[in-house]
Amino acid sequence: MTSPVHPSPPEAEVVTLHRPVREAFDVERVRCEFPILARPVRGRPLVYLDSAATTQKPRPVVEAMARFFDQENANVHRGVHFLSERATEAYEGARERVRRFLNARQASEIVFVRGTTEALNLVAFTFGRLKVRAGDEVLVTAMEHHSNIVPWQMLCEQQGARLTVAPIDDRGVLDLEELERRIGPRTRVLCVTHVSNALGTVNPVKRIVALAHARGVPVVVDGAQGAPHLPADVQALDCDFYAFSGHKIYGPTGIGVLYAKAEHLEAMPPWQGGGDMILSVTFERTTYNRIPHKFEAGTPNMAGAVGLAASLDWLAKLPLALAWEHEQDLLDYATKALSRIGGLRLVGTAPEKAAVLSFVFEDIHPHDIGTVLDREGIAIRTGHHCAQPLMQRLGLSATARASLGLYNTRGEIDALVAGLEKVRRMFA
Amino acid sequence: MSSELDDLYQEVILDHGRRPRNFRKIEGATRQAEGLNPLCGDHFQLYLKLDGDRIEDISFDGSGCAISKASASLMTSSIKGKTVAEAEQLFAEFHTLVTEGPDKVSLSELGKLAALSGVCEFPTRVKCASLVWHALKSALAAKSTAVVSTE
Repeated sequence: MTSPVHPSPPEAEVVTLHRPVREAFDVERVRCEFPILARPVRGRPLVYLDSAATTQKPRPVVEAMARFFDQENANVHRGVHFLSERATEAYEGARERVRRFLNARQASEIVFVRGTTEALNLVAFTFGRLKVRAGDEVLVTAMEHHSNIVPWQMLCEQQGARLTVAPIDDRGVLDLEELERRIGPRTRVLCVTHVSNALGTVNPVKRIVALAHARGVPVVVDGAQGAPHLPADVQALDCDFYAFSGHKIYGPTGIGVLYAKAEHLEAMPPWQGGGDMILSVTFERTTYNRIPHKFEAGTPNMAGAVGLAASLDWLAKLPLALAWEHEQDLLDYATKALSRIGGLRLVGTAPEKAAVLSFVFEDIHPHDIGTVLDREGIAIRTGHHCAQPLMQRLGLSATARASLGLYNTRGEIDALVAGLEKVRRMFA
Repeated sequence: MSSELDDLYQEVILDHGRRPRNFRKIEGATRQAEGLNPLCGDHFQLYLKLDGDRIEDISFDGSGCAISKASASLMTSSIKGKTVAEAEQLFAEFHTLVTEGPDKVSLSELGKLAALSGVCEFPTRVKCASLVWHALKSALAAKSTAVVSTE
């Protein structure tokens, strides 16, 4: 026996000689990762301006989910076998990925749910039920999505509490003085959206949290439209709860996140009972699992969590600050372009906005606008955007809404403008 | 412009959408129904005055898209003076028209309602075209006031 003459060299260290000073964001390269954006729709190139409803998914997300099913699928937290261990690692790895994305203190503060709606219901019916009693108040804002109104309304009905509303001005900006005035001695929780889905308004969540905390009121943030467009650093915001959906941040449907401060999760009763949320069960009593598992009854959406983690990885690999800058540039470009169209009125003109252009056009019903644009291959949303109280406040029954993702281009905004000129020719 | 779009928004439709007929409230209506499409915000009130089995007067007001408004305008124009049974027969024909297409119905019986034949190529708009018909159906079925929703 002789020892090898040439032992393997240590792994070469990768040296980058010419690190670019500033990496560029190349939207065309990003678009290549979304095969759906290249498909024709009704014989025309697709112009997808409905990302606030759901974003498209890049290949790495689809591939990560396929890989999970092809190579790692088994039930989590149970088996002693190889695949169960791998699936558990993948699922818990996704939790850690979300923790990093939100900058939460610990992974146990991340609860996987179906989406933002389920997250907000979970908070209302555990935390809410614990804190809100007869005669108490729950404060929401006038621009909330139905999913941040209805669960609280249901809770208030059950508990004999009152839902109070912080008003907005005609631009769609929250009136902070009025909001502060409405935080009363009976206010038990304040619920606010990070970014309005119907108007695009960015709310000053950090300030709102500070105002509420000064009066001992915890804050629930609907981050469905926030997390995809803005930094969602829960420690910087200091919010008590933050909810977002996978499918609005380039991830899959059916998976979402509830972040909650550990102290709240510890105090909250479980929501749904079943497997995985227990430590031991007898017919006399059940000992609940520790957080966050206490809130995840049943086999979770494992592939969904893996897909969500892949979407957050995908985002992190982009020069994200530049990508968001691109989105903001596009919003400015679109705002100017739409403002030049006679008879078109933008709805939601807050100085701080993200990714959403809601508008009304002459007296043409948004539904008719949507149908004509659709024939041009342009996808927008029309309707009340699950914010009927907001529409009532603005005196509208519906708007047309174009919403942006990182993959949109100025050319697509130009196509929208041309499409709207066709709408005018048809109905004027 | 695609020809399907031209078929949908025919001149008759655009005209009835802009200047709907029978767009008023009937004081002393004997039947009334509300038609609501919560997804897109179409919201109409339908008023009827029945004389025995005959629809003596019918009208509507409210707001909605061009298709739903034109459909309401055309519907009220076509069934005024008809019997309840004739109106129900017309609804059945109309429903076939907008869901299955003009080949499946007798266009002469439908008269002006045939202008809505383009709707069959737009499945998402069928509920706009049929909203006020559903309101009619519930108004005829109910004793007084009813709410219908197409979503």
